[in-house]
Amino acid sequence: MTRYITKALADIRSNRFLNLITIVTISLSILVVSLFLLFFENANRLIEGWNQGGRAMIYLEPTFSQEMLPDVKARIRGLGEVEEMRFIPKSQALEKLKDEMGSHTGFFDTLQHNPLPHALEIRMKTQGDYAQVAAFAKKIAALEMVESVEYGQGWLARFLKIFTLFRITGYAMCGLFLLIALFITANTVRLAFYSRRLEIEIMRLVGATEGFIKTPFYVEGLIQGFLGGILGLLILMAAFLAISSGISGNLSAYVYLDIRFLAIKTMGLIILASTFLGWFGCYLSLKQILK
Amino acid sequence: MNNDEYIHMNLDSSKNSIIRLFNVTKRYGAKIALNNVSVDIQPGEFIFISGPSGAGKSTLLKVLYLAEKVSEGQILINGMNLARISVSKLPLLRRRFGMVFQDFKLIPSRTVFENVALVLEVAGEKPSYIRKKVMHVLRTTGMDKKANALPPTLSGGEQQRVAVARAVVGDPDIILADEPTGSLDHASARLVLDFLMAYHKKGATILVASHNLHLLESMVRGRNIVLEQGQLVKTSTML
Repeated sequence: MTRYITKALADIRSNRFLNLITIVTISLSILVVSLFLLFFENANRLIEGWNQGGRAMIYLEPTFSQEMLPDVKARIRGLGEVEEMRFIPKSQALEKLKDEMGSHTGFFDTLQHNPLPHALEIRMKTQGDYAQVAAFAKKIAALEMVESVEYGQGWLARFLKIFTLFRITGYAMCGLFLLIALFITANTVRLAFYSRRLEIEIMRLVGATEGFIKTPFYVEGLIQGFLGGILGLLILMAAFLAISSGISGNLSAYVYLDIRFLAIKTMGLIILASTFLGWFGCYLSLKQILK
Repeated sequence: MNNDEYIHMNLDSSKNSIIRLFNVTKRYGAKIALNNVSVDIQPGEFIFISGPSGAGKSTLLKVLYLAEKVSEGQILINGMNLARISVSKLPLLRRRFGMVFQDFKLIPSRTVFENVALVLEVAGEKPSYIRKKVMHVLRTTGMDKKANALPPTLSGGEQQRVAVARAVVGDPDIILADEPTGSLDHASARLVLDFLMAYHKKGATILVASHNLHLLESMVRGRNIVLEQGQLVKTSTML
């Protein structure tokens, strides 16, 4: 294998320009794909935070009395998705409301009775997946003694629709750029193959097997893909470091933004995918040429 | 007599043949390059394949190393029928041949050493053995001082000496040389033939296709196969 790697590196050196173009093309495609992944990773984390980690408030019927609590709790737990459950009596809710409203609480004294319902605050096992949260909330709402369930469905649902649309566009763009990278890699291999036609002919004449001839091309494709992936991520990291400090500085006064670079696992997957891309481009090209 | 009967009849009479051609015909469209050629070659023979340009000399060599497939007839190399060789076994067959061409067929981007070493690399030899063997062969052909030179920087004679070194480095049983002296001056041509003769003395079978018989006749003892328009017209011994 050392022999093949040495040969592939020598071939890359002798076709520097062509290989450089391929590596840069792969890196640009990887950059676009990584950029989308970076956005999705951060957006997902943000949504998860907004979704309060799968929290929901269950407001109970006015006819509810605290003797019914064990039964209601048991029925909710019976649905199987509850991680944590806390009962909030309506008296406690009113006190909390008064605390939050500070000095503007005079009108509470005019109330004949506490208008707030008893409530249960739950945290679900499913966090971040909006569809599952919504489905579970619907099941709770159907239970006896439950008046309504609130989990931020209104604006979050609208945001998630836009986000899903963006995600689909992102996937399509990623696919397109990966196809472009694949096409360029395949063409580089084709050009390299034709530029070495005499060499390959001579190799065959002296008894080289097809494996001996093809392996350096595959190694070359793997190296191109690997280097392209690394370069794409490095460009993204440099841009991220330059831009993210500016964004955090400007917006931190208004909102808390936890913007992070791609997870190590994601970066590993990107480099793996990029390396595979290099190999696959080579495979397609050689398959066509040697047909 | 059909082809199979011919093969069986001749198998007994020439059991020791290293190369056997039975009624070999090669067509390129309507053009016949080889026409019903049958030859037996014994191990250690020095064979000249002569004839005018277009007589089929190169084609005869090409069908032997399977650069071309025969249209009709059969070829046996050491009893192995070339028609039955699978694509995966073809490299193994070619490693039994050493080949020399008029246009040298050296890889211009590889050094003299690397060009010669390629034969042993494809055979999977160890780097230490390759280094030793290649340098030995380059010393024999007088090209060891130019081991790191690239072929385009060498003269025609030097390139052909490298090609001969490449042909013999794998210790093949058979050397096929297609016009090996065709593009060389007299002195270089003599040198190249000297190397081939030296290798022949070790027991190798050598087939040289050339339209220039004068030089060969003056240097080598062997059998001359004369082709004309694809047909074998004469076989003679050269002393």
